[in-house]
Amino acid sequence: MKKIEAIIKPFKLDEVKAALMETGVQGMTVTETRGFGRQKGHTELYRGAEYVVDLIPKVKIEAVVPDALLEKAVIAITQSARTGRIGDGKIFVSDVADAVRIRTGERSEGAIS
Amino acid sequence: MSKWNRRAALTAALVLCALPAFAAGEATPDALEKFSAAASDLRIGVDTVWVLVTAMLVFWMNAGFALVESGLCQAKNTTNILAKNFIVFAASTISFWALGWGLMFGDGNAFAGLQGLFFLGGADNSPALGEAYAAMNPFSTTAYQGVYSAINWTPVPLWAKFFFQLVFAGTCATIVSGAVAERIKFGSFLVFSFLLVAFVYPITGHWIWGAGLLGANNFRDFAGSSVVHSVGGWAALAGILVLGPRLGKYGNDGKVHPIPGHSMTSAALGVFILWLGWFGFNPGSTMAAMNGTAIAHILVNTNMAAATGALGATVAAWVLLGKPDLSMILNGCLAGLVAITAPCAFVSIGSGAVIGLIAGVIAVLAVVGFDRVRVDDPVGALSVHLVNGIWGTLALGVFYDNDVATNIAALATGLSRGAQFLVQLKGVLYVGAFAFPFSMLFWYAIKLTMGVRVSREEEFEGLDVGEHGNQAYPDFATHASSFGGTGMPAHAKARAIAMARTPATAEP
Repeated sequence: MKKIEAIIKPFKLDEVKAALMETGVQGMTVTETRGFGRQKGHTELYRGAEYVVDLIPKVKIEAVVPDALLEKAVIAITQSARTGRIGDGKIFVSDVADAVRIRTGERSEGAIS
Repeated sequence: MSKWNRRAALTAALVLCALPAFAAGEATPDALEKFSAAASDLRIGVDTVWVLVTAMLVFWMNAGFALVESGLCQAKNTTNILAKNFIVFAASTISFWALGWGLMFGDGNAFAGLQGLFFLGGADNSPALGEAYAAMNPFSTTAYQGVYSAINWTPVPLWAKFFFQLVFAGTCATIVSGAVAERIKFGSFLVFSFLLVAFVYPITGHWIWGAGLLGANNFRDFAGSSVVHSVGGWAALAGILVLGPRLGKYGNDGKVHPIPGHSMTSAALGVFILWLGWFGFNPGSTMAAMNGTAIAHILVNTNMAAATGALGATVAAWVLLGKPDLSMILNGCLAGLVAITAPCAFVSIGSGAVIGLIAGVIAVLAVVGFDRVRVDDPVGALSVHLVNGIWGTLALGVFYDNDVATNIAALATGLSRGAQFLVQLKGVLYVGAFAFPFSMLFWYAIKLTMGVRVSREEEFEGLDVGEHGNQAYPDFATHASSFGGTGMPAHAKARAIAMARTPATAEP
């Protein structure tokens, strides 16, 4: 079991969600968030003076998937979230020790399929 | 049918019946007298409706100011700004009734009104038809008797005159609100509003509109570029200097850190309301409805300057700052309106367009200029009302047209443009020399007795909770982008800024 955390441009959410569902991912959690990367945000202009907006609005998608699905899911996100311009985001993958479906008590991959 | 309706119907019938009789040369003295009385009643009614409806439009400008000022400030101070804009008209009403009107329009000397000072208590037989009115209306020979003779030229009842002048006084006071926003104590602002409308506004107003030392000496200001706007601007400048800039606005590095307004939607709607209100402000200042040519000229001139002001600011911001910043376009529109307020009845429509265009450019330069010298004006009130109040007053001289002044304002001076300009310049200096130091005096008196500025903590947390106990938008995370929109939580950023501005020893 792996956890995929994908930080993407907010307007790409629908495309990424659809692409993930197509691969067979059963569920996900989405959070509105803010952050910056190598560009350190951007500048805006108000009444003649510039200011830096360093934390830019992003969407974070979290999905826990069976090992077998990982590569397909990562490729789906990469392809659907990409615009080719700065700020497309990042994907992080980590191991998940366990999972529980609260209603039934099912454990591990049984809880996420 | 109400009594008023019966009377109006009777008036109309009399006018209709009497006209053919006159034409046929059959008028009896009795019929002539009835006709004269009916015509006078009709005229007074029409004039009063015009004055009161335009006054209502000017009253509605309070809503415009409330939206502009709250929109251009941070969400955490919205309740406070709305509360200030709301209460200021209430304070102005009482203050102008109690004393302001008397000082402004009471018979007195060149400096101030002295008779009928309190609560409009002086004698007045309005709608009495003074000599000036008798000239306009051959049916009336009634002479004015009272102590408010400086405003006896308008044939409306005293309370109509009062309400029309009151909404102007209220406008002057509300100008201050935006300039001192986001840091002033609510109570201190309220006290200053009372004092401004009771003492400062009516005295300079008396000089200009109360037959005082400027108006009696060829100085002209049709609807108040000086009387209303620059006086409000001087009071605002004094307030800003006593208060100091908002925390975090000017960094130790010498840079300006913008504090973006929270709602451009509010600000834009507010300026639309003000633009509409100005169609009462200037055309209503005829204070009589019968000269349609004058009203149309003034209204179109007003609109023209608003349009060119907005365009001038758009171009200036685009060229000088890189983007057509909406807040600048809005300020430019208001700048055009303020600038045309004095000259609208003294200059041609073409001149009005040029005056507005220049006003729009001046507004942009002034906003940037005030920031350079660290005069922190969150909404651009100084650039709009003070600087363009002065520009409009001077522009009356620069573009003075004696034909327009005769036919539209009926206040021609017969001077050349150069001479009129010098008279206007003198007036600007006199008004500044009184309004600024006296405002300063009142601000310092308030500072010493009750304080003017909220605590540092309250300024960071927002005046909504600090001054009023609740927020304008309790369901939203209003602090998310406070202080320059960097997204740092307000308390963290506030602490960072506080530490940057305070010597290390002062930090616990």
